Amino acid sequence: MPVKIIRENWPGKVNTTTLGVSSKAIKIGGEGALPFLYFEGEMPYRPVVACEVWDEKPNDWPDLLTAPLTGVLGDPVAWAKKCLVYGADLICLRLAGAHPETKNKSPQECALIAQRVYAAINTPLIVVGCGEDEKDAAVLPAVAEALAGKNCLLGWATAENYRTITSACNTYGHSLIASSPLDISLAKQLNILITEMGFNPGSVIIDPLVGALGYGLEYAYSIMERIRLSALTGDKMLAMPVICFVGQETWKTKEATSTSLECPTWGEQARRAILWELLTAVTLAQAGGTIMVMRHPETVRHFLAYLLEDKRTVPLSSYK
Amino acid sequence: MLLIGERINGMFKDIREAILNQNPEPVRHWANYQYKAGADYLDLSPGPAVEIEDQPRIMTWLVKTVQKDVPLPCCLDSTNPAAIQAGLLAHQGKAIINSTSASSGKMDILFPLALEYKAAIIGLTMNEKGVPQNAADRLALAMELVVNADQYGLPMEDLYLDPVVLPCNVAQEQGKEVLETMRQIKILATPSPHIVIGLSNVSQNCPNRNLLNRTFLIMGLEAGLDAAIVDLTDENLLDAVAAARILLNQDIYCDSFLSVFKKRR
Repeated sequence: MPVKIIRENWPGKVNTTTLGVSSKAIKIGGEGALPFLYFEGEMPYRPVVACEVWDEKPNDWPDLLTAPLTGVLGDPVAWAKKCLVYGADLICLRLAGAHPETKNKSPQECALIAQRVYAAINTPLIVVGCGEDEKDAAVLPAVAEALAGKNCLLGWATAENYRTITSACNTYGHSLIASSPLDISLAKQLNILITEMGFNPGSVIIDPLVGALGYGLEYAYSIMERIRLSALTGDKMLAMPVICFVGQETWKTKEATSTSLECPTWGEQARRAILWELLTAVTLAQAGGTIMVMRHPETVRHFLAYLLEDKRTVPLSSYK
Repeated sequence: MLLIGERINGMFKDIREAILNQNPEPVRHWANYQYKAGADYLDLSPGPAVEIEDQPRIMTWLVKTVQKDVPLPCCLDSTNPAAIQAGLLAHQGKAIINSTSASSGKMDILFPLALEYKAAIIGLTMNEKGVPQNAADRLALAMELVVNADQYGLPMEDLYLDPVVLPCNVAQEQGKEVLETMRQIKILATPSPHIVIGLSNVSQNCPNRNLLNRTFLIMGLEAGLDAAIVDLTDENLLDAVAAARILLNQDIYCDSFLSVFKKRR
């Protein structure tokens, strides 16, 4: 008996967002169905991988993670170039040194670093602050001004600091990461507040704050799934593409950081940790993640191989 | 949730006179008013005062007058198939035909018309014998409409079943029957047909009409209602729908849920 495939007809769509300008620009989003369900709707642009680059040498990364970056840690420009060699689609610069409890770098210092990294790469640039709301509200406007007109993606705008950051992104022509702590209602409300300031909803990216495998991954998945279902049923305030900070979450788990000697029964760390980051990324891509921010080059390689193994995946070069 | 504005109807004195005098101003006024108040569709009815041979011309005039002013599709409301067809010819976008009953004479004309113009259509759960007095009989007619629509090849998402709301001051026992009909309509087919009602009928000749209308609308939403022909001069109507959609988990909650629903278009 022939089986009739029942398809959902979704009235809504995920926004299409452009990151970067001219030859550096890439497009993301635009999905008209649940992730990878090509028979129901289009997925015109594949998820992209951003590699994390810090302005400072991170002091809590395990050797496994620092080894492939030997010689470039502490030099964000060289680090960014190295990540592109490793296959990253774009770079995510994290201004960790701006944190008041570490180096407390000034907004001007941060802006200069961002400018130098931008000039050295031929891909779009994401710049995130140190995660401290008040300091980010001081740093990001300076970064926005220094990179005026370059359509970078700046974050994180939270319920506490979105006004300053939104207004800077609006003035200097950047996209914006709206971040809320694993709560779909807060995510929606923040998007409303940001767009009520006159900011183009097509330039907002949602950071729902994900969890790694074993640390709330299922919960993050369900939130992202609801975000996508809302977008597809026509909720314009949840129709933004989603960014997932996969590396940040993975590389603080004990499964990724414990060495083979510390935990001999868990198997070799290199294999275990990279699988941990990879499984987190693959799962979140299936939940609708669009920008995956990762740390280990091997994870990047495997993740891209996973995407490209599906022959329906659109190559990045075709929509640059 | 489709909200269909009821106001451009020859039953209202100002519209009746506008039609008789071919004066577009009242029609434009109500088109704009209902558009701004949040209508998704505008119901257009020449009303009973127009001679049968004039009805196609009047329907054409209404469609053109309205669509020149506001970017909304229309619900073409007439018992005269010639008027419906004239409206469909003039209409831009996806129209809704209002309506066929479950009588085969009607269905055989109007379902093909809906298909030809890719329009949606409202099917009333009544026939030449009148409106059934209970949910079971309404449902039998709903099934007739579903089967006939399917035989003509009409997509289920283009079929809006109307379980026929009656005024609560003369047919009080019918409210519950209508709600029960709605619940069961949803399981008649997969995907299920839509459900629409002419809401204001529930409060004909009653005081506190807005309150009665609103309350019944919310009860209907819980029972599966997804469209209604409504009085958009009731400023609280949209807020009540927005609240109901949150409470029924149809929209994601956020603090600005009222303004978000108003800006949904």
